[in-house]
Amino acid sequence: MAKPDKKRSRLIFRGVVLLLLASAILFSIFSKDKVKVLEVGDKAPDFELVDTEGNVHRLSDFKGQGVFLNFWGTWCPPCKKEMPYIEDQYKAFSKKGVHVMSVNIAESKLKVDSFREQYGLTFPVVIDKTRDVRDLYNVVPLPTTFLIDKDGKIVKIIKQEMSEEEIISLMESVLPQ
Amino acid sequence: MSKIKCKCGHENPFGTVLCEKCGRPLTEEAKQSEVVDMRYEGSARRSQTYKRSIIDKIWNFFSSVKIGVSIIIAVLATSAIGTLFPQKFYVPVQTPEDLLAYYERLYGFIGTLYYKLGFYDMYNSWWFKVLIGMLGTSIIIASVDRVFPLYKSLKRQRTKRHPSFMKRQRIYGEGTALTPDLSLEKAEEKLKEMKYNVKKEDGAVLAEKNRFSRWGPYVNHTGLIIFLFGILLRGIPGFYVDDTMWIREGELRSIPGAPDYYLKSNQFIMEMYTKEEADEVFGKALDRVGSIVKNYQTDVSLYKKKEDGLPGSTDMEFVKDYSIIVNKPLKFDGYNIFQMDYRLNELKSMKMKLIEKETGDSFGEFTIDLDDPKGVYELENGATVNLIGYYADYAGVENGEPVSKSPVPNNPAFIFDMRTPEKPQGEKSFVAIQQTLETEENAYQVKFVSADTRHISGLTIRKDKTLYILLLGGIIFMIGVIQGSYWNHRRIWVQKGNDGNLLVAAHTNKNWFSLKKELESVKDYAGLPKYVDRRDTDIESEQEEGEK
Repeated sequence: MAKPDKKRSRLIFRGVVLLLLASAILFSIFSKDKVKVLEVGDKAPDFELVDTEGNVHRLSDFKGQGVFLNFWGTWCPPCKKEMPYIEDQYKAFSKKGVHVMSVNIAESKLKVDSFREQYGLTFPVVIDKTRDVRDLYNVVPLPTTFLIDKDGKIVKIIKQEMSEEEIISLMESVLPQ
Repeated sequence: MSKIKCKCGHENPFGTVLCEKCGRPLTEEAKQSEVVDMRYEGSARRSQTYKRSIIDKIWNFFSSVKIGVSIIIAVLATSAIGTLFPQKFYVPVQTPEDLLAYYERLYGFIGTLYYKLGFYDMYNSWWFKVLIGMLGTSIIIASVDRVFPLYKSLKRQRTKRHPSFMKRQRIYGEGTALTPDLSLEKAEEKLKEMKYNVKKEDGAVLAEKNRFSRWGPYVNHTGLIIFLFGILLRGIPGFYVDDTMWIREGELRSIPGAPDYYLKSNQFIMEMYTKEEADEVFGKALDRVGSIVKNYQTDVSLYKKKEDGLPGSTDMEFVKDYSIIVNKPLKFDGYNIFQMDYRLNELKSMKMKLIEKETGDSFGEFTIDLDDPKGVYELENGATVNLIGYYADYAGVENGEPVSKSPVPNNPAFIFDMRTPEKPQGEKSFVAIQQTLETEENAYQVKFVSADTRHISGLTIRKDKTLYILLLGGIIFMIGVIQGSYWNHRRIWVQKGNDGNLLVAAHTNKNWFSLKKELESVKDYAGLPKYVDRRDTDIESEQEEGEK
């Protein structure tokens, strides 16, 4: 009576080995990134940056609110294009609890200030001098925008220029209700 | 799955060629052959036993040596194809359209095909990974299927074999001996002297040495599997980092791939050999090419984010200063930062002066830091220059506004508002390199005096936790190769036949010459019957002739 048992355990052994090998192959195919890359659904890592007026801003300051986290540069044409829309929607949404966190990548204070003035930006702009936050959020193209909900979860990542309509619907998606 | 019953009464698993107990040939093929195939001792490969469920079928597929060899050939062929043209990684364009255009332009139709078939990023393609995975699977399954039966049959092997087993060995001899028992004893003595392990049983002697060399291929396969496993681990975040960064002198920035660490470049140094110091070695070369680099070096300071600090915070602690030179990387926390590249003389700051055009009188000089320009520069005699526009990489005017195409000061341009006691309301001018534009004729002008430059270091950030696993795999692989190559498993059987005869047979997995040399000396010492090597055609024909 030992024979069927032996046969069955052999079958299980083979099945497990094949399954392990198959999952190793699948793993090698789907593990593209050598570092942890943020994805939709992940918790947005906290950071702290200083704005052009010297105030420190932390992402965690906006806990309980939606955050529109926008990475940009003064030299990048699509960033310039979407900036007035962001400003308009900031005015419309900030009272409803969606905050704009605008991160400039390592440019000079003078440059950022004159840009703010030129576009009449009323939201604070922080400068990522060491590119630390850019690396943390794996930002490659500019502009890149993260939508973070009231629980601090990343809801959406946009790696291109946005129209005003898109910005409205994105901000609505993180309304804290 | 039926068992095969041998004449001696032993039940062998399906697929057995030679009886596990007595060595009688079991298959028709083996019975008819003159010399039997001794691979795996004639034992049944595990996979041969039954072919029922889908899992068994897959298992059998990978167990086959033919399939294994086909996979190896496929891996070799595709790997070779991947080296024909540069891979995507080495091509200086990014988008798919540009890539296609690149291959088409350089390699014509074949280049297009190369791109379309996905060979441009072969080693990362899913099918190449599947192929490597199948190779690993084949190695594991084929080894498991063979090593256990082989181990068992070598462990269980009987000293006394059936004459039909002896007769089918490649080296075989049969003949009368005057004193068979004495011959056996003497043979045993001689074999022991030659460091054989000798076993005796009922008028039979089995001498064996270096059985461990049979495990060589399996040890070698284990090494390969460990190696492949190490490569697999590289896909897990944190195990393997291979990143690059450009850092300017004076810049402090986070290190890509190494969270919480920051690097500041204090200086980049490129030194040349002087004629005096290197005349002996490089004299001729120096005459020919002009200059030879002696040293590339980046002096850096490493910082770490404070324990409870947040990313982006400037609150960091100094770790150490270091001079990175080629092959002498900065090491910290498993990371190595190598000197890889450099760019010289990027603009850092520009010194300007404000003059009155007519007289050329100067109000003094001021320096604009191109990374951090100031809004107002106070000069002598109550004059100020306001910097109201700065374009680091000026690329013309769009929609009535000057634009910069990057934040890098490749081609800086400025809009100045010059205020002097004479013209307190200010005069505006646009100043770019070799160019000054004024809306109306100004009395004053900002003139370029000199520029300061800085160097940029190209650094590579590496971290490889799998290195020791790869090393271990490599070492085990080599041990397996050595074990299987420099030792041979040799066996000599001597036993009494039916009517006072002596039977001699011998087998080795390689190096038959040495086996025969050893057997020869045993034969001479113990007076064993003559034997023949039935695969050695020269001797065979000689002997046949001699017998006639």
